[in-house]
Amino acid sequence: MELAAILLIPVLASALSLSPVGRRFAPPLTLAATIAVFALAANVAVRTAQMGSVGMLGDWLICDGLGALVLCLVALVGVTAALFSWGYIRVRAAHGGRRKEQRYYGLYNLFIMSMLAVPILANVALMWVAVELTTLLSAFLVGFEDTAEALEAAWKYVVLTTLGAVLALLGFLILYWGSRVAGYEPFTWAGLVEAAPRMPPALLWPAFLFILVGFGTKVGLVPMHTWLPDAHSQAPASICALLSGVETTTVLYVILRLFPVVGGVPALDARPWFVGFGLLSVAIATLLLIYVRDFKRMFAFSTVEHMGIILVAAGLGGAEAHLGAAYQMTGHAIAKSFCFFAAGAVAMRFGTQEIAAVRGLVRFAPLSALTLTAGAFAIVGAPPFAVFISEFLIFKAGIASGQYLAIAVLAFFVVIAFCAVMFHVNRMAFGAAGANGPVAPLPLSCKLTLALAAVPLLAIGIYVPNVVQDLLRAAAGAMGG
Amino acid sequence: MNSSPFPVIFALDALTGALFLLTALGVLATRQVLASLQLFIAQSLLLALSALFLGIALGSPHLFAVAAITVATKTLMIPWVLRHTVSAEVYRTREIDRVLNIPSSLLTAAALVVLAYAIANPLLGAVDVPFARINLPLGIAAMFLGIFTVVVRREAVPQLLGLLALENGVFFAGVAIVPDLPVIAELAAAVDVPVVALVVGLLTRQIHTRTGSTAVGRLAALREQ
Repeated sequence: MELAAILLIPVLASALSLSPVGRRFAPPLTLAATIAVFALAANVAVRTAQMGSVGMLGDWLICDGLGALVLCLVALVGVTAALFSWGYIRVRAAHGGRRKEQRYYGLYNLFIMSMLAVPILANVALMWVAVELTTLLSAFLVGFEDTAEALEAAWKYVVLTTLGAVLALLGFLILYWGSRVAGYEPFTWAGLVEAAPRMPPALLWPAFLFILVGFGTKVGLVPMHTWLPDAHSQAPASICALLSGVETTTVLYVILRLFPVVGGVPALDARPWFVGFGLLSVAIATLLLIYVRDFKRMFAFSTVEHMGIILVAAGLGGAEAHLGAAYQMTGHAIAKSFCFFAAGAVAMRFGTQEIAAVRGLVRFAPLSALTLTAGAFAIVGAPPFAVFISEFLIFKAGIASGQYLAIAVLAFFVVIAFCAVMFHVNRMAFGAAGANGPVAPLPLSCKLTLALAAVPLLAIGIYVPNVVQDLLRAAAGAMGG
Repeated sequence: MNSSPFPVIFALDALTGALFLLTALGVLATRQVLASLQLFIAQSLLLALSALFLGIALGSPHLFAVAAITVATKTLMIPWVLRHTVSAEVYRTREIDRVLNIPSSLLTAAALVVLAYAIANPLLGAVDVPFARINLPLGIAAMFLGIFTVVVRREAVPQLLGLLALENGVFFAGVAIVPDLPVIAELAAAVDVPVVALVVGLLTRQIHTRTGSTAVGRLAALREQ
């Protein structure tokens, strides 16, 4: 029952937000809906950790360990971003009136629904449609501010990611062709893993490359990343948290699903492609991080870097590295959404996104300084945060399997990225105070979000409950162990 | 090439494929926005025709559904959506200024077609499906031309048409390689296309109101310094 409810609740919440009821109650309605979805997703995760997978509706919906992990991450950031939106969007939409606010929540709920659908739709062709919907439903959320810059960002976002998705569609059609040639009917991930050894490699290989490049565009892999810093910096902070924190992860999840499919064919080796694409993204994103001038853009480049790290981890292969990848996905989703809430709070209080225009935050806005610094430490992988542990796991797994060169390059750029982000954030938080103080107060809901989102941020690095550990292991197992 | 058991339909499909590729070139090279749209509609009709031929040859009712869905969404809904979202003056725009001139665009296009054949050949060597020999390379070629159109055109509507032409290319290959794709997937993908047009059309209108132009290729406020 849960899986169908997870998709229905956001649709219902969207309809209510757009109805006259939503004029007053859209924000609390959305928050309640996202909390309900999170509770259901957590329930599904507990059951998949115990039973391997949960299916329903005649196998139209299915969820295994990796799917459950992505489902929970989307649901979790869905809750915090909904709470952040409550105060933030009321201020940002003040000139557009309540109607604009209602439209925001109508699309917000549908956008969440499309992301939740990706890990649980069993039919791979329908999953492709869900990925495409994530773009189409979030286009107007990216362009929400209605400035020339925001519209430019939304345009690039829609055109380039749709282009990538259509390229991936050809890959999926070839995959289906291959599974029919191999004599398999159901077009599901499990069916593809079974069919792959019997598929002609001449079909499987181009299918893999089309999907890697096509969906890699939406994940923000270099050199297809050019739209990402624009969209992830121009959208309202709550949407940035969703785009950077979980939308990228959701699409990366699809690419990771290909790993066991291609892994079943001894003649093909996808691992160098994962490691190569991953390292390229990490390297270029790190260089861009050094010269960045806009602090929301900085966190967007950090997303490109993290997607690269996860791809490298998947490509290293082995249970340890895959556990690192699953842990990194979790740590990144939680930390990056927190970073965007903190960055959005600073941008709102000071009316700018320029790194150079914000100096000495600790004097006028200690809470902002604290959250921004904590978020930055968490995302670059300082102890005691989760990203530190996951990166450590990945390095360890890579060294144990003798892939020294990849690990050396990865470690080199991760350290530089660490220094670059901390250099920028340090100047913002502790630099000599400039003349401009805060221009606007921070709404209560934003403060509450920062307090609430700090709990998983700190908790997941210090203590991982058994049930979360089981989930991470199940997710790593689904990547092909 | 005569190994097909349906020589007449095979020849008709080959002709359709050749015209399909020509319309893709037309969408790429035409300056008049309205003419680009008409070429896209012609291309969609050719896609439906190919689906129809294959449906007759393979006896597959799925493909008749594909043909019907294509005609409904791409030749009726998309022009309707665009007329209601993008203001009429956009249609009258002539695009003088583009990233590459037309001769070099066409030369690049020729290279892309050769590349498409190079990509399709190993696949056709592995699995022998008669109609795929026509539809797969031409579909991939149209897809590349669509991507190229998005890259070189600066106006919003031609970029969108490039995007839709690229989707046509993928479906042109699709009708031959997966004639039995579940109808629900076909329907979902078909619904996706007018939604793309709607979202992009509304964005175009918003950009037009905000900046007074639809030359999206000129929007360049966001970049690395």
